[in-house]
This record gives sequence, structure tokens and C-alpha cells, in this order.
Amino acid sequence: MNQQAEALSVVVEREFPFPAERLWRALTQPHLIEEWLMKNDFKPDVGHKFNLRGDWGGVLDCEVLAIEPHKTLSYTWNHEHADAAYNLTSVVTFTLTPTGSGTHLRVEQAGFRKDQPQAFGGARFGWQKFLENLDQVVARND
Amino acid sequence: MSNAHDVLFRTLSDPTRRAIFERLCREGEQTVAALTARSGVSQPAVSKHLGLLKRAKLVRDRHEGRQTHYSAQLNALAPLIDWTSRMTGFWQSRFDQLEDLLKRMDQ
Repeated sequence: MNQQAEALSVVVEREFPFPAERLWRALTQPHLIEEWLMKNDFKPDVGHKFNLRGDWGGVLDCEVLAIEPHKTLSYTWNHEHADAAYNLTSVVTFTLTPTGSGTHLRVEQAGFRKDQPQAFGGARFGWQKFLENLDQVVARND
Repeated sequence: MSNAHDVLFRTLSDPTRRAIFERLCREGEQTVAALTARSGVSQPAVSKHLGLLKRAKLVRDRHEGRQTHYSAQLNALAPLIDWTSRMTGFWQSRFDQLEDLLKRMDQ
């Protein structure tokens, strides 16, 4: 069996009528991150390990993977759960692109089952396309 | 639930199998012969893929004379759709909060 089967990916995009610099602050300053995402001890340094703490009591283990001011930010988003089915190893990547009237923000969360770490770097793009197709198919069949 | 996820993911991991399943989703019920004609693999191979899809409850078969017709079972995808829908909803609601925050922030 193909061990890369466990990949899943989600992309959400939106244009905000604000400059990239302002979005960047909201994505990288802990007191601002807390206001829209979760409580955290984030620092904008590659290799920095931090936690995101959800209102529901869940704690996410994160590590900064890549950072390019005003352009891109990427960190791991891992969740240990007593039930292995809910364990998650994923990477969240924010990409900022200036537009004429503001900034386009794209977030991609590429996730893998915790027991399949070798899936990293694997078939996520194929899966994303597949799931998009499925969404359309399912929407038509509802 | 964990085991059901595993079966689903493993079953859909094979590109040929996935292509067969997507065709059934798009085009509706088909015979093995019709699926074989456009799949680029042999009929025994297609039958084997269909057997695995059936075991994962992704397809259903219906016998009519000497022909077997296969159709996609979209409800079997619920675990996949659930994950992506949930995370998409999560980020969309966070983007709403981000937008509120951006309005309030100093220049």
C-alpha cells in the first residue's frame, strides 16, 4: 500500500483591505495572534518552538519552519490526542500577496496522520486536487 | 472510526483506483467493461480495484444478467469531507476575527 495516502490539505484565501505590513503584525505578534487565533508564545524565529492553546483546552505543538517578513510564514501544527485517530501532524503556511487595494492572504494547512510521518513531502498536491474535485462532485449530488 | 479512516485512505491512495472512483462519481453507474475501456489497465486489474473500493464501501455493485454494474457511494467519503470541511470552517471563522482585529489595529 502507498504510505503517502494519509495526506490531507485545506486552503482558505481572502483579500483584506489593509497593507501586508499590518497583516504581518497580526500574524507574528503574540498579543495580536491571540486576538484572532489562539493564546500562544510565538516568536518570529525559524526553529522557535511554541504552543497554541485553544479555548477548548487543546494544545498544539508548533515550530517555526520558514519566515519571510511581509510575505510568508510557515509553522508546524501538531496535535497529540489520546485517540490515535485524532492525532495530527500538519504544517500551516500563510502567504501574503499585495493587491491594488490591499493584501491577499492564503492559508494552507497540509495535514498527515501522526503514525505516517513518512508521508511528509508526499502526495499532498494530488490529494488537494482530488478533494477539490470531490467537493464539487458532492455539491452536485446533494 | 480509526480503522474506517485507514481503510478509506489506503483505498484511495492508489491513483488508478482513485481515477476509477472519480469516474463513477462524475459519470454515474458503469459496468466493469466500460470502466476498463478507458482506464488503461486490464479488466482483472479493474475488477481487483473495484473489489477494494467495494470493501471500503466506496462503491456498490449490482448484478444484471452477466454484467456487474458499479456505482459510487458518496456517503463513504464523510470522514474525508468532515476533516476538510471542519478545517476550512475553522480558518474562515478565524479570518473573520482577523478582519475585525485589522480594523481595530493602529496604523
